[in-house]
Amino acid sequence: MQTRRQALKKSAVVAGLLASTGLFPQFAFAAYNTAAFEAKNIQDALKALGAGAPVESKDITVTGPDIAENGAVVPLGVSTTLAGVKSMLIMVEKNPASLTALFHMTDSVEPSFSTRAKMGQSSDVYAIALMGDGKVLFAKKEVKVTLGGCGG
Amino acid sequence: MADPMRIRAQAAGDKTTVRVLMAHEMEGGQRKDAAGKIVPAWYIQEVTATHNGKTVLTAEWGPAVSKNPFLQFVVKGAKAGDKIAVNWKDNKGDTRSDEATVS
Amino acid sequence: MRMTKTLSLIAMLSLAGTAAWAQKSAVQSIEEYRLMLQDGNPADLFEAKGEALWKQKRGPKNASLEQCDLGKGPGVFKGAFVELPRFFADTNRVQDMESRLLTCMETLQGLNAAEIAKTPFGRGEQNNVTALATWLAAESKDKKFNLSQSHAQEKVFYEVGKRLFFQRGGAHDFSCASCHGQDNTRIRLQDLPNLTKNPGDGVGFAAWPAYRVSNGQMWGMQQRLNDCYRQQRFPYPGFGSDATIALGVYLGVNSKGSVSIAPAIKR
Repeated sequence: MQTRRQALKKSAVVAGLLASTGLFPQFAFAAYNTAAFEAKNIQDALKALGAGAPVESKDITVTGPDIAENGAVVPLGVSTTLAGVKSMLIMVEKNPASLTALFHMTDSVEPSFSTRAKMGQSSDVYAIALMGDGKVLFAKKEVKVTLGGCGG
Repeated sequence: MADPMRIRAQAAGDKTTVRVLMAHEMEGGQRKDAAGKIVPAWYIQEVTATHNGKTVLTAEWGPAVSKNPFLQFVVKGAKAGDKIAVNWKDNKGDTRSDEATVS
Repeated sequence: MRMTKTLSLIAMLSLAGTAAWAQKSAVQSIEEYRLMLQDGNPADLFEAKGEALWKQKRGPKNASLEQCDLGKGPGVFKGAFVELPRFFADTNRVQDMESRLLTCMETLQGLNAAEIAKTPFGRGEQNNVTALATWLAAESKDKKFNLSQSHAQEKVFYEVGKRLFFQRGGAHDFSCASCHGQDNTRIRLQDLPNLTKNPGDGVGFAAWPAYRVSNGQMWGMQQRLNDCYRQQRFPYPGFGSDATIALGVYLGVNSKGSVSIAPAIKR
């Protein structure tokens, strides 16, 4: 994991990034973050998004089944009651690439999103909120999969 | 052009729940075909939603989102009769745009 | 209310003395997963396509299917699905939804029914038949099965379907009954309904057409039967064949009174 110094350094980077247009595509779509979607694990995905070390939070909720009968379609949701969210992420730790989806907030939507994802095997699923103040908060849940959903 | 999306937008007080079904293969790029070759990745990368023309949501997706993707989100301040439009763009550059009226 | 329930549960727990009562079983978890999938069924996409196809002028005759008689009169589609298969005087045979669609596609639109029947699932016109069947099933959703057994042919088909259901053969010496002939059977975590009797609302015959999440495909009853035969290592009797229709009659009549949930969503 990261040292405190590294975490603080990251926060500065995050603050700098947030100040630029990188993470706030309000009208024109910012470039698709390929690096984040190709990252093989959660830490690398967060790094590619310019986010710091994630902290577990009871204010973030991840929803999903305890067991998915088929990994091809697993209903997953992320939500939070907190204000000041910039974006919400769904990550599946053991998937070939951890980042599944990234939702950019505006004032007109609630920080609550559901979709369905493919899971290659039983894994922890993370709901992560990138906050406006640079904090990175998460909740996780284990989802067991009885049949993998990546290769058929 | 891809098949149309199914969009349902239901208002309850100040919150409108929007449920979208998109017709898309969402090929992850992990599968092999009968000849043993990898089936190339083909998936929606960008999704945007507007309310009466104003962008309310932008999202980026990876290949792990399921085939014929489902998306649910909640719009604030919409009322019956308003228009919710959703559009997507995939990694090949194909796009699709559909609209629904809030009920 | 809830307090009393919790207290009695605690009482039960202490009496039972085991922690197993408090844990969710795997079967319960799977049930929850299936419920989660109900809202936002991709079958919706096929329904939309099917409805458009019903109204669209197509084929050499450049006509729509809006005059198609599915058993309740030309153009009547609401409630038709839960009365099929049934006997049709104009073709002098018992037909199910999918074979009847082929009849209409040929007589009204001039398309070649035999060619469509030979087309593999998932290709060409077969996709249109599937979409149409999905929409038509949706137009009977939540209605109860009520197949007719008044015509002599309908009765014959029931008996033929029953015979076929129990007929063993193929490399594994399987019959439909091998999997679906008794209660309390399952393969891994998949429950297998007993189809020799009414399996209940939304089960078996009452759950197809369905969207299968495992392959992201929309399957009608014809494809479901095709796959059953494949699993038994039998050759497929053919799309819209008397054999598959007879099985449909057997299953459908057994399901009388149960509620159709088609188009459903399945593993």
